[in-house]
Amino acid sequence: MASKKGDIGRIFDYISNTQAWKSIFRHGSPDTTRNRSLVMLMNVVLHLHPVRMRKSGLRIKYTWCMGGLTFFLFLVETITGLLLMFYYRPTPEYAYIDIQYLRSDVPLGVMREIHRWGAHAMVITVWLHMLRVFMTGAYKPPREFNWGVGVILLVLTLLLSFSGYLLPFDQLAMWAVTVGTNMARATPLLGHEGPGAAFIKVGGVNVIHAATDARALLLGGRIVGASALLRFYVLHCIGFPLAVAFLIAVHFWRVRKDGGISGPL
Amino acid sequence: MPVGAKEFINHLFGPVSYTVFGVFAFFLMLATYRTWTKPVVFFILNSLIVIFFALSWSDPNFNKIVTKPDNIPIVALIFIILFFMWLSFRQAAINDERMENGMPPLEAVEKHERVLVWPDLVFIEFLSAIIFMVVLIIWSVGIGAPLEEPANPTKTPNPSKAPWYFLGLQEMLVYFDPWIAGVVLPSFIITGLMIIPYCDKNPKGAGYYTFKDRKFVISMFLFGFMVLWIMLIFMGTFLRGPNWNFFGPYEYWDVHKAPVLNNINLSEYFWIHLLGVGIPTNPLVSELPGIFLILAYFIITPGILMFIPVFKRLYSNMGFLRYSLIIFHFLVMMSLPIKMILRWTLNLKYIIAIPTFNI
Ligand code: HEM
Repeated sequence: MASKKGDIGRIFDYISNTQAWKSIFRHGSPDTTRNRSLVMLMNVVLHLHPVRMRKSGLRIKYTWCMGGLTFFLFLVETITGLLLMFYYRPTPEYAYIDIQYLRSDVPLGVMREIHRWGAHAMVITVWLHMLRVFMTGAYKPPREFNWGVGVILLVLTLLLSFSGYLLPFDQLAMWAVTVGTNMARATPLLGHEGPGAAFIKVGGVNVIHAATDARALLLGGRIVGASALLRFYVLHCIGFPLAVAFLIAVHFWRVRKDGGISGPL
Repeated sequence: MPVGAKEFINHLFGPVSYTVFGVFAFFLMLATYRTWTKPVVFFILNSLIVIFFALSWSDPNFNKIVTKPDNIPIVALIFIILFFMWLSFRQAAINDERMENGMPPLEAVEKHERVLVWPDLVFIEFLSAIIFMVVLIIWSVGIGAPLEEPANPTKTPNPSKAPWYFLGLQEMLVYFDPWIAGVVLPSFIITGLMIIPYCDKNPKGAGYYTFKDRKFVISMFLFGFMVLWIMLIFMGTFLRGPNWNFFGPYEYWDVHKAPVLNNINLSEYFWIHLLGVGIPTNPLVSELPGIFLILAYFIITPGILMFIPVFKRLYSNMGFLRYSLIIFHFLVMMSLPIKMILRWTLNLKYIIAIPTFNI
């Protein structure tokens, strides 16, 4: 058998028989069903997948690959975001200049573009993924819970995008976030302009006012300023991504445990 | 394009005609899903939109709003969303026809076939990742990310827009106070989405594309998604200008455009115009008609709806609790178009107007 192989085949055979290779990949080359199954089982990344799946789950026409694309974009955002963090300081003095610098002076200066357009694209792909899950009735039992996990992921994706919107600290950013967070001012009971807030009193003094309400909590003050920038930065780079990563793991795990990609009964 | 045509189109994109036309198109789309999903028809529909863009391209105002870097994803979204609506309804139409002829849906034909994930799926995932990465890089090299002037808390831009994916919510601010538009309604969107799987008791329609087997549920969901979310985003992006006024696609964004009419509260209509007396000073009395209306809307309508066969069937399938939950969310959703219509026809401002608690 070995004699039929060319030089490259022989070199590959040699490499895959070394101790180092065998310690990493504990199976032969993936040309038999058994080894192909082992590829999936022995690799921590790939083993989120099942070993076998419904053929219809493979059809692009069925899933549109949208969940996968969303996940892919999440990875792209993580990597480009990490590179951006090298150059960006989340303070009003530096934030804007750092973004300008990123654009003009940093080698491979499209990182910011990829990060921003990727974020837009991710919002769209999440919506489309939800649309396809809905249109195929894929949320029906036993997948109800995973739909719920998905809804939280949807909200978190929007929050990720929104918190990132402030970071360039230009006019667009500041006012979009002002408009967005102004609504928190009107939260029932917890916002100082919201219904019921006037009734929350301790010893006759209003507890909820402009400096203590839900909006102030979000911004760390009354205006979109230094503390708002820091809060959004920390949430954007650490808080939300961790939550999303955890929930994506749950989401994928449940796709498997609920019997793989849905199909007709 | 001639000036007359432009003016006509500007009028067509006014708030009332845009929404009425959109809702009409939506239901037409549902009713004729077997016709418009035919590839030829869909191709012609798409071409019409492309022609519309091509003809409008030279107009400076149109061009400006469409080519703003942050708006490009939304222009793309028009085509993307149409394409995927087509893709799902096309497959639904094919499956529905098969099932009428006693055949299983396409997805069921190969339902016992299993494939190995390595290499089949991993290969597809790898390929789509590469294609998508290439698209993303081309997009990023071609169009720079916007950066405006440094943030300046003393200089408010006009209009100040939220990020585009929240423009649906910002549009609601026109019709509702912030505590409803910004807090209550978004929360109900989230809970409404979450309860869908627990309330939809229809055993049919899981795991394949269909419209016929789940007409009601699909129509309800898509009404929220397409009309009240996507269409409002398009409206907020392309048609809302300074002072949040409405501007046609070819209209210059004039900061001095006349503000909208004064709006009137329900209490004023009731006490002054109907009864001919003054508005009572005690807000709890003056707002009684509004309070009554809102309570009736949420308590009596679910009962009235039961006379409609679809809702009756819904009730017997779901039981009391699920039915109440779904109908409540349904009524909350419908409150937006209802308030829009009341605003346009009666200039109605608030149904209940108690300070900080306006509905
Ligand atoms: C960050 C966001 C998300 C990621 C990365 C993600 C990823 C995925 C992936 C990769 C799949 C496998 C099948 C496919 O690609 O369609 C999947 C399935 C699924 N997703 Fe998501 N998803 C996300 C958000 C959502 C949302 C917003 C929903 C719904 C509200 C949702 C509900 C579901 C359900 C019910 C399934 C199972 C579908 C089936 O079995 O056919 N997911 N998700």
